[in-house]
Amino acid sequence: MSNTVEIILFVAGIIMFLALLLAFIRFIVGPTLVDRTIAFDVLTVGSLGLMALFSFVAERLIYLDVSIIYGLLSFIAVVVVGKYIEKSL
Amino acid sequence: MKNLKSKLVLFIILMLFWLLWNNTWDVEIWLYGLVPVLIVIAIFGNTANIFRGVKLTPKGFVYSLYYILYFTWALIKSNIDVMLRVINPKLPIRPGIIKVKTELKSPMARLILANSITLTPGTFIVDIKEEYLYVHWIDVCCEGDPEKPTKLIAEGFENILKNIYE
Amino acid sequence: MEYLELIGAIMVLLGAVVLLLAGIGLLRMPDSYNRIQVGTKASTGGVALILLGMALIIPSWFGKLFTILIFVMLTNPISSHVLMRAAHKAGHPMTDKTVVDALKKDEEDQKNKDNGTV
Repeated sequence: MSNTVEIILFVAGIIMFLALLLAFIRFIVGPTLVDRTIAFDVLTVGSLGLMALFSFVAERLIYLDVSIIYGLLSFIAVVVVGKYIEKSL
Repeated sequence: MKNLKSKLVLFIILMLFWLLWNNTWDVEIWLYGLVPVLIVIAIFGNTANIFRGVKLTPKGFVYSLYYILYFTWALIKSNIDVMLRVINPKLPIRPGIIKVKTELKSPMARLILANSITLTPGTFIVDIKEEYLYVHWIDVCCEGDPEKPTKLIAEGFENILKNIYE
Repeated sequence: MEYLELIGAIMVLLGAVVLLLAGIGLLRMPDSYNRIQVGTKASTGGVALILLGMALIIPSWFGKLFTILIFVMLTNPISSHVLMRAAHKAGHPMTDKTVVDALKKDEEDQKNKDNGTV
């Protein structure tokens, strides 16, 4: 593993963290429930990428199993909130 | 045995996922995978009829690969489009919801068409009613002409999907 | 081998930038519908780039990363679609820049027709 690759991945991790921070601002500010939910969606999908990066840094394949369950739960959460907004739950 | 084609497609997809997820060439692992796959098919095989329209022919296979390439290209274009719109200081958007007609009947084909439209430049499915798709478009063009949006948004995908699904 | 790793790292960086643009888009867009559009597209594309880049860096993880990629690509548009339809049915306001709203018009037509016949 060369040094350049590690530096690039480090920078990518910082940028991803910034992206999640911006989504988190929308999550706090967002005037309505729909805005909060889409911010939550971007947060979870972004953290899937961050998890993949972290599993590489920690050299543990098992974290990828965690990330797919995480993605599944976020999908169900967003669908449930959508159904709730639609008043059909 | 009814629904045989549906079960076969389901089996291939589930087995493919098992192999990808375990990522191994060990035959023993494949045999372990056979058990949950067959249980799932025994429970859901009769009701899972979303694959009923799929054409299991070499032509359909080739068009599936072509569709994946076409879709990847659309995804790349879409992301560049979104990037340019977001970083443009003037924020050039003219959003609106328009009606698009589709000729596809098979539910799986419609699912794939809707998912693809959602991931292509500036368009997003809001609702589906019978044969009309309601599309939220971030930059509406050519109002008053109901044919042209259909051509721009759905036709490229539809022409390929017609070859894969009945 | 070296080059493959470098290409993968650059893809991860590009994906991170696309995710950042998703965040900026979420903050800049004027109404919920446009936020959903930008958020879904950019986050799906960004994660796809990141996962493919990771698969180039560690080829033996390709299977799992590819499964996650297919999963995200199938589920993310569906969940956003549910959210957008719910927002539209709940009568969420659209931005002033909106040009046309065919769905609302059709729903009103349907309602008028129902009232007329009953």
